[in-house]
Amino acid sequence: MSSALDITRSVNPPRAAFLDYPLGHTAGQPHQPGLQLEIMREALLAFESLTVAGSVKMLPFAWSTDESWKLQAFAGDDTRTQRLDTPQYQSEEDRIAAGSDAPIESDQCQVCRHWSGAQVRGGG
Amino acid sequence: MGPVEYIPRIRQQYSRLGYQPYQWVSNPEPPPWQPLRKPLARSRLALIASGGIYVRGQVAFHHKDDVSLRAIPTTVRTRDLRVTHFAYDKTDARSDPNVVFPIDTLRALAAEGFIGQLTKHAWTFMGGIYSSRRVREELAPRIVERLLAEGAELALLVPV
Repeated sequence: MSSALDITRSVNPPRAAFLDYPLGHTAGQPHQPGLQLEIMREALLAFESLTVAGSVKMLPFAWSTDESWKLQAFAGDDTRTQRLDTPQYQSEEDRIAAGSDAPIESDQCQVCRHWSGAQVRGGG
Repeated sequence: MGPVEYIPRIRQQYSRLGYQPYQWVSNPEPPPWQPLRKPLARSRLALIASGGIYVRGQVAFHHKDDVSLRAIPTTVRTRDLRVTHFAYDKTDARSDPNVVFPIDTLRALAAEGFIGQLTKHAWTFMGGIYSSRRVREELAPRIVERLLAEGAELALLVPV
């Protein structure tokens, strides 16, 4: 899926489904499960309907009748936050739940730790 | 108004702010192509997402070229999902993770038979990685390995 058509075309994946929504909403609008389902059905149908490598299916959804968000994207200051090299938890409670008080060293192999299942909780 | 043209916008913004231009990945050759072997309704789909989604209890991503993955069971409780990233507005993603990690959506489509099933895990990373070489050499091969290990027949990437 994609919400940045020109970037996707530059990357040129085998198949893509473009949703003309603001960044951070690649799969839909929040708390609208019916709309999210419609979007996903249309996106997944591209697996079957696209026949030429590099094709992009344009999904038939508009974020809003108000398109002013398109003018605002990257038009002002740099809104990115600082790129810190220690784990950035959504909340302090998450840090405690991860059972880790010390920051992870940036050269530690987090991939090995995580795919071994040692850190995976949740489910059920 | 047509789609936002992010590449010139970002080039202009970086120039305005005095940054070096960003080197976008460009793949002009036709990409590899695998026709579907089975209908969607009988296929096993893997979700991969780059919006920095993790599960409460996992170590969070850091923001400086973190090339690690998280394995998220596809039975995860939605309310246990968390989001961390430095380059997009996470307000809606934290309120409803499905907008960048459509797990409820895909579970519903599997339940109704639109797709066959999901793989045991979904795979996530924090996509704000400025070294495309590290993505290509370190991160992407690990994702492929995990997808093959779990029998993925379709891979859906949801970027931010």
